Amino acid sequence: MSSNDSIKKTVVVALSLCLVCSVFVAAAAVGLKPIQKANKDLDRKQNILAAADMLDPDKSVDEIFESIETRLVNISTGKFATEAELTSAGINPATYDQNIASKDPALSIALEAEDDIASIKRRAEYSSVYLVKSGDDIERIILPVKGYGLWSTMYGFMALESDFNTVIGFGFYDQAETPGLGGEVDNPNWKALWKGKMVYNESGEAVLGLVKGSVDSTDPQAAYKVDGLSGATLTSRGVTNLVHYWLGEQGFGPFLSNLKGEGE
Amino acid sequence: MSEVRKVLFAPIMNNNPIALQILGICSALAVTSSLSVSLVMAIALTLVTAFSNFFIAIIRNHIPSSIRIIVQMIVIASLVIVVDQILKAYAFEISKQLSVFVGLIITNCIVMGRAEAYAMKNPPGMSFIDGIGNGLGYSAMLLVVGFFRELLGAGKLFGVEIFQTVQNGGWYQPNGLMLLPPSAFFVIGLVIWALRSWKTDQVEAPDFKIAANSRVQEAH
Repeated sequence: MSSNDSIKKTVVVALSLCLVCSVFVAAAAVGLKPIQKANKDLDRKQNILAAADMLDPDKSVDEIFESIETRLVNISTGKFATEAELTSAGINPATYDQNIASKDPALSIALEAEDDIASIKRRAEYSSVYLVKSGDDIERIILPVKGYGLWSTMYGFMALESDFNTVIGFGFYDQAETPGLGGEVDNPNWKALWKGKMVYNESGEAVLGLVKGSVDSTDPQAAYKVDGLSGATLTSRGVTNLVHYWLGEQGFGPFLSNLKGEGE
Repeated sequence: MSEVRKVLFAPIMNNNPIALQILGICSALAVTSSLSVSLVMAIALTLVTAFSNFFIAIIRNHIPSSIRIIVQMIVIASLVIVVDQILKAYAFEISKQLSVFVGLIITNCIVMGRAEAYAMKNPPGMSFIDGIGNGLGYSAMLLVVGFFRELLGAGKLFGVEIFQTVQNGGWYQPNGLMLLPPSAFFVIGLVIWALRSWKTDQVEAPDFKIAANSRVQEAH
C-alpha cells in the first residue's frame, strides 16, 4: 500500500477524482436545468393564479395564465416602466426577475433602516405586476411581496380587486417558517381569511395587518384586521410588516394611487 | 447469503446508526416534523450512502491514506449535489420543503462513517448493501420519529388529517412542541430506551460507577 502514499500517486488520484466528479456534477446540473426551470415557472404561475383565485382544475396553469398580462413597474415613480427606460437599464422584460435584480446594485436601491420594515435590505427598482384585464380596464392586479419572518424571507403574491383596495387573495410561495406554527401561513383556512379585507383606511394609509388572537367581527376596524397565527408572533409580525411595506409609500402605494387616479 | 442479510438488516434493529451509534442526529431533528419530508430525506440518504459506499469501495485500493477523508468527501458531495438536482427537477414541491437539508447530507455522519468504516475495507457489492442497510436503519428511525411528531404535533399523517384539530373545528389540541426540533430528542431518547430495554446487549457499560453515599448518616 505504500505506493499509494507517494506524492505522485496522491496528486494523480486527487486530480483525476476531481475531474471525474466535476464532469458528473456538471452533467447533472446542465442536463436537468430545463426541467427545473419549467418547474419553477409553473410554480410561480400557479401561485399567482392561486392568489387571484383563478385556478381551475379543468384547465392547465399555462392555459389560464395566457389571460394574464405581465408588466414591469418602476416602484419609485409609481408608473409602468416604459420601453425606453427598460432598454437603458438593460432589462429584458421577458426574463426579468426582481429577486435577482434586488441583489444587483445597478438595478436596486439600498433601504434605510427606518424604511426597511420588511427587513429586505435592498429593493429592486422595477417589479413585475400581473394584470387581469377585461378590455382596457384592470379587473384584478397581483402584486409580488416579500419580507422577513422568523427564520426566512417569505415570498408571496397579493391579489387586489379593481378598486385597488379589496384583497382577493394572499399567499406565499416560498417560506421556511417553523412548520405547524409560522408555517401555517400556508394553511388554506387562514389564507381564506384575507379575502374581502381592505388594505387602505379612509386616509389612504396601508393598515391591513394581523392581530393577536382572532378578529372581533363587531369591531369597526375588522376589515383591516386578520387573525394572527397562534404560536408564531414573529412570523405574524413579519407578515404585517411586509404588507405595510409593499402596499405603503415605499412599495406599490404610489403606483396603486396612480392607477386609481386614471380610473376616475 | 446470511452475510448479505446480516449486513442489510443488522443496522435496522441491532446496530441502528441513530439509536446505537448515535450518528446523524442533527438531520433527524431537522426534517422529522412531517412524515413525507422524512420519507424523502430517508430515501435520499439511503441512496447517497449506498452509492458513496459503492464508488469508494471501487477505488479503495488506490486512495492514498493521507487524503482519504477528502476523497470520501468529494465522492459524497458530488452525489449529494446530483440528488439535490434530481429532486429539484422531479420532486419540486418536496425539494422546496427539504431546502437546505439535502445539502446537509454531505455532513451526515452516517455517510462518512460507513465510507470510512466499511467501504474502505470491503468490495463494492457488499459496500453497496451495507450502505442500503444503514440507510434503512436511518429511515426506520426517521419514520418512527416523524410519525409521532406529525401525529401529535399536527394531528396528521402524510398530510392527511387523523385527529381533527381544534383550529379546524375538531377536538384535538395539537402539541406545538412536537413540531419544534427539541421534541425529536425526546422521541429518539424514548425509542433508544425502548430498544435497549428489549435488546439488553445494546446497553453500554457505564464509564464510571457511582459510589455509595459515604457521608455519615446521622440525625441532624
